[in-house]
Amino acid sequence: MRVLMFGWEFPPVVSGGLGTACYGITKALTGLGNPVLFVMPRIELSRPFPLLTLISASDILNAASEREKPFPEDSLLPPSLLSAPIVLRPYLNARQSGGEHQGPRDWPADSYLAAGEGYGVDLFTEVRRYGEAGGLIAARETFDVIHGHDWMTVPACLAARQASGKPFILQIHSLEYDRSGEEINERIFELERFGMEAADQIIAVSHYTKTMIVSRYGIAPEKIFVVYNALSHREAGEIYHTRRAGDDKVVLFMGRITFQKGPDYFIAAAARVLKEMPEVTFIMAGSGDMMPRMVELVAELKIGKRFHFTGFLQGSQVEEAFARADLYVMPSVSEPFGLAPLEAMMYDVPVIISRQSGVSEVLKHALKVDFWDVDEMANKMIAVLKYPPLAGELVERAREELKNLRWEKAVLKILEVYKV
Amino acid sequence: MPAICLYFQVHQPCRLKRYTAFDIGHDHDYEDREENRRLLEKVAERCYLPANALLSNLIRKHEGRFRVAFSISGVLLDQLTTYRPDVLESFQRLAETGCVEFLNETYYHSLSFLFSRDEFRAQVSRHRRKIKELFGQDGKTFRFTELIYNNDLAREAESLGYEVILAEGAEALLDDRSPNRVYRASWDGAGDGRIKLLLRNYRLSDDVSFRFSNRGWQEYPLTVGKYAHWIHGENGAGTVINLFMDYETFGEHQWADTGIFRFLEKLPGGILKHRDFVFATPAEIAGTVESVDSIDAPELSSWADTERDLTAWLGNAMQQDAAGTLYGLEATVKACKDTILLDSWRKLQTSDHFYYMCTKWFADGDVHKYFNPYPSPYDAYINYMNILDDLSKQVKKEKRS
Repeated sequence: MRVLMFGWEFPPVVSGGLGTACYGITKALTGLGNPVLFVMPRIELSRPFPLLTLISASDILNAASEREKPFPEDSLLPPSLLSAPIVLRPYLNARQSGGEHQGPRDWPADSYLAAGEGYGVDLFTEVRRYGEAGGLIAARETFDVIHGHDWMTVPACLAARQASGKPFILQIHSLEYDRSGEEINERIFELERFGMEAADQIIAVSHYTKTMIVSRYGIAPEKIFVVYNALSHREAGEIYHTRRAGDDKVVLFMGRITFQKGPDYFIAAAARVLKEMPEVTFIMAGSGDMMPRMVELVAELKIGKRFHFTGFLQGSQVEEAFARADLYVMPSVSEPFGLAPLEAMMYDVPVIISRQSGVSEVLKHALKVDFWDVDEMANKMIAVLKYPPLAGELVERAREELKNLRWEKAVLKILEVYKV
Repeated sequence: MPAICLYFQVHQPCRLKRYTAFDIGHDHDYEDREENRRLLEKVAERCYLPANALLSNLIRKHEGRFRVAFSISGVLLDQLTTYRPDVLESFQRLAETGCVEFLNETYYHSLSFLFSRDEFRAQVSRHRRKIKELFGQDGKTFRFTELIYNNDLAREAESLGYEVILAEGAEALLDDRSPNRVYRASWDGAGDGRIKLLLRNYRLSDDVSFRFSNRGWQEYPLTVGKYAHWIHGENGAGTVINLFMDYETFGEHQWADTGIFRFLEKLPGGILKHRDFVFATPAEIAGTVESVDSIDAPELSSWADTERDLTAWLGNAMQQDAAGTLYGLEATVKACKDTILLDSWRKLQTSDHFYYMCTKWFADGDVHKYFNPYPSPYDAYINYMNILDDLSKQVKKEKRS
């Protein structure tokens, strides 16, 4: 199978799970002998591997022959999606799209969305221009199937299908409802729905997501296939065994500080824990639009002495944070999958995950809570810190469990979906 | 004359209520009474009452030729006394027929023998008194929780005056011999004991208790004719076929609509049709059948899972920690001389609490999940340890004052 794939990000430029998942999928697909043409808005530092060709949409559009052409009328999208431009970025929600998400100057850079940034303020225009490039690329390349990731790639996939007549598979890594709760951006929701209706098949990263696609978007369940995310062979092999020094216990939150990730529930639980165990340290690593409010909340609860914000971490900083942690908590309000807990498990860190997540469907050896049940979250945090055999058993069993979460297995399922 | 020895284990644990870190030091009542009552009502209606009524009819119908044995845990007897005295009375009426033996076990269905000989003896003696009081029988047969067995246990049971003890017919014990014989205990190669040993025929027992309603089983559906035919194939002098199973098999693990009650109803007639065969209780067998050989069991075995070892209760670090912490409190709890604290501590010994913490999900997962009121073994451990922490704090406080 030769795959034309449309993604929005690729390592090392990632904003979260999407880029990591695209890496795992392309690596495993090519490893099994399936060439992949991976189209990104633009290529920065990424290096391909054998059978993977990275294509930059902006290079295509900036070619001399294309630059002269006027911006085309988009016949593939409904008129409702072609109205006035809006300012937003793919993984920020409607509330912060006006630019108020900027924190004070000396705060760590909001570098998650670097891939989206620099493209112009109107993401929707970018998405449409990316779509235009999709049609041009499809016309000159040969491939068997079109595989797009999330709503940003929908126009590109549709243009590619029109140019080639090949089947279009849309993989959903997250939905507007996950990112924004009830305060959705109507146009993104509409593009998601339109894309899913138009797609020949849909891949959902969990049953949690499949259920949401059916109930919120009214898509026929028959064309939705669940393929769980995984860990790549390389990552899974490099288990980082850590020594945690001293008696000070560290509880870690790592992720975007946004509505979707439930940072406020983490802080509320931390305050409960500190009443019983005043020596515990809590770390919130990441950045996002809710950060200023979260700093205020920590101050209001008077737990600032034991609660630290690190800002967005990269590379070795991430490793260090996991290595220092005695417990990782993912309190997400709505998490289509959630790769971060798997990462924590690779560092032998026990994890507490929200039941409102796809990853809770695949992990048995993790503690699970409803994100809103702050008391139970705190109860479980205390238990992990107080009863060492619990952490020991979780870590030991998790090692076995991780061995089975391979991209090679996930990709075999994806190949089956291609053939439907 | 080949004998069929039918013994039913009857037990319900005292389940614990949801108990968080924030309850420690504030709430000293650990039982989920509402849930225990609800489950007891359910199992009484589905299993105990209809099965007791059926056995009572069968005993009358076969005029003494149909005989069974029960071992009812003390924790269940207490719950029946409180919530369902009518069920207790129906067991007492069965005792009055003279065809039913009531065995002795540890009162709290505990693993105490593995941790404290004193505590073990106290619980056995309490159960023995309770059985005498309720059913008028002096215990002659002993069985330990989940059919756990080794040489030391047999020696202990013999010293307590028991004539026969039950165990799993595990390969490790049998070493290619048949489970369908009477054996005697062995003292680690240093001579044999007097106490006789009856070993569960796990194939024939599990055919009923586990496989009866399994449509994927090649012998499905299991009819009395077929089953009796297998049993009649074991005809021979000194043959004793030990069918040991949970009483809840009837109506609870195997629902009434599977036909399990009709199977039980026809079973005695089907087996007694062959005039050589009789039913006998463990004590009757011990009094009439000579042992053919000794069984050396230096290692512990049980009737659980495919491993038939103790890993379902003490296989992981959490289970070992919980049990170690619990029995570590023994001296201080007993020094308090506070009956409420002692009772709380003893109820925490019930083996089910440790079973809930078992992480061997993948091989034996189905059965474990069915019996587990917690969403995961980790939740079970957390809840238990929080309660144990509270008990430990109470005990320390008591000691100081």
